[in-house]
Amino acid sequence: MSAQDPTASASQRTLPRYSATFDPHAISEIRRAAATGIYDIRGGGAKRKVPHFDDLLFLGASISRYPLEGYREKCGTGVMLGTRFAKSPIELKIPVTIAGMSFGALSGPAKEALGRGASASGTSTTTGDGGMTAEERSHSRTLVYQYLPSRYGMNPEDLRKADAIEVVIGQGAKPGGGGMLLGQKISARVAKMRNLPEGIDQRSACRHPDWTGPDDLEIKIEELRELTDWEKPIYVKVGASRPYYDTALAAKAGADVVVLDGMQGGTAATQDVFIENVGLPILAAIRPAVQALQDLGLHRKVQLIVSGGIRTGADVAKALALGADAVAIGTAALIALGDNDPNLEEEYRKLGTTAGAYDDWHEGRDPAGITTQDPVLAARLDPVKAGRRLANYLAVLTLECQTIARACGKSHVHNLEPEDLVALTVEAAAMAGVPLAGTNWIPGKF
Amino acid sequence: MPTVDLAETKLRDLNSALHKLPHDTNETRWIVANPGGKHAIACGVSLPITVEIEGHVGYYCAGMNSAATVVIRGNAGVGVAENMMSGQVRVTGDASQAAGATGNGGLLVIEGNASARCGISMKGIDIVVKGSIGAMSAFMAQSGNLVVLGDAGEALGDSIYEARLFVRGSVASLGADCIEKQMNQQDRAELNAVLARAEISGVSADDFKLYGSARRLYHFHVDNADAY
Repeated sequence: MSAQDPTASASQRTLPRYSATFDPHAISEIRRAAATGIYDIRGGGAKRKVPHFDDLLFLGASISRYPLEGYREKCGTGVMLGTRFAKSPIELKIPVTIAGMSFGALSGPAKEALGRGASASGTSTTTGDGGMTAEERSHSRTLVYQYLPSRYGMNPEDLRKADAIEVVIGQGAKPGGGGMLLGQKISARVAKMRNLPEGIDQRSACRHPDWTGPDDLEIKIEELRELTDWEKPIYVKVGASRPYYDTALAAKAGADVVVLDGMQGGTAATQDVFIENVGLPILAAIRPAVQALQDLGLHRKVQLIVSGGIRTGADVAKALALGADAVAIGTAALIALGDNDPNLEEEYRKLGTTAGAYDDWHEGRDPAGITTQDPVLAARLDPVKAGRRLANYLAVLTLECQTIARACGKSHVHNLEPEDLVALTVEAAAMAGVPLAGTNWIPGKF
Repeated sequence: MPTVDLAETKLRDLNSALHKLPHDTNETRWIVANPGGKHAIACGVSLPITVEIEGHVGYYCAGMNSAATVVIRGNAGVGVAENMMSGQVRVTGDASQAAGATGNGGLLVIEGNASARCGISMKGIDIVVKGSIGAMSAFMAQSGNLVVLGDAGEALGDSIYEARLFVRGSVASLGADCIEKQMNQQDRAELNAVLARAEISGVSADDFKLYGSARRLYHFHVDNADAY
């Protein structure tokens, strides 16, 4: 008996049942849309469950593979980026970089903390849509300067101050979408840097204004090289959507480094429907990108940085084993600084959310002082302490990655390879191009 | 007066020489012969020198120019004077797409016509086109002045912010949130000043119409859905 008869006893009634299709979140979104008439905007990356590095395992050493001693034998972590054409390639101590995040999306102290943490760890940080601040430059030993469709704050002086230039075609959270920064965060300083009226809802262009297609990109890269006298490595960043062709075309256009960002990679603000429904999980994108470079004879000559959902040293190791040269972190770096800290639970509840789920970064009311331009909130973040937390976290990522690499018998993390991996699911096996655990079967491989 | 023949000298050598000039250089006038449509000629110059290019240029000529005066005696390819910071760039012929794109300052004069997306995302640059401009010009234009003595193509000033668009001829259509505005004294003075800097005479400010932002799209709102 179902619940139609309100007088029936509990044993005669089934429990209320939510629809798998119209689940509580779907219902709340329909109600929200009906009330407001505008799509939901939020920060962060895809929250839906997708095949990920969790679905892969390392095999470790065995009779036929010798491990390295964990605390005695060297396992290198250094990476050179930009060795193809740049006169001054970048040398990083660890294969983990900080992804592009703008001053505007993030507070000044947060950007400073990212620079401090990255510099202490011997790695790079990256500007974002909005230009380079003096504080960011001074606290970042190695700074990558993003060249975005909006060109907010773009100028030749900062271009020459940068250690590398990243031409941004797209990002994993929104391949095909432009930036967005709502009025609450367009403070006087942000507005001035972007040459916009204060307080407006800013929409960034989704396409570059002065080039279209891969042949033009080649000419644009040539211009950037001429502007900087061929000194700086040129990265090309794409959101994961057609990774084989995008990587091949970026390499053909003359990139030194390709940055590939999966759908779990975060954004400061975009439509939820965009984040959750456009693009590929990073697991599905790495092997096609590596294949493109191998087909061109450019694997390890054009470096590949992958991002989107990197949390642990195991994730780093798996990305490298699949053929990446380095990874980039964004969301995890913000968490390390103090984003979504349970100690702020009371304040998150006042915002209608909870620690661990807070993603209304576009509203500028971040109690952690990270995704805000409110000077009172921003002052809560101590950039020295937050930078130290980031450096600690980067150290753990590196140690964890080395631990796994040594267990697989590798004297450098770049020696990890697909042969070291198996997959727990058919989907992950197909995406990563490694055997399903306990079998020799790689779905899709003929 | 250095003369560089790009039929014999590599572009890299020209740009390198221009970038290495000391601030007190007395080599203030450069002639570039046989440009042959090469890309990125004289990009990134940051001193108040003059570079005269005798012929047609490819993409991004005088890109990110700061302080220099660059004269192109011919036609210019895509993105001439893109992201210019200051100085002056003059094209005696026609310009291809995205002329003056994202320019932050300085003056770009095109004596012929300019193709589509002229002044796209302009951020303070002044652009004067003696002829006509193509479609989608001044798309997302943020600030600065675009002065067109001829006609404008479709969707002029789509999603415009605070740039001012002065057009003497016809406008095929206006883009989202771009409207005709009443020209006030300050607008008129600014227009006359830009025309004077471009060394254009015999033209009256009264012959122009002013277009700019209706500012209806400055905030996301359901009532604007048709415009997005």
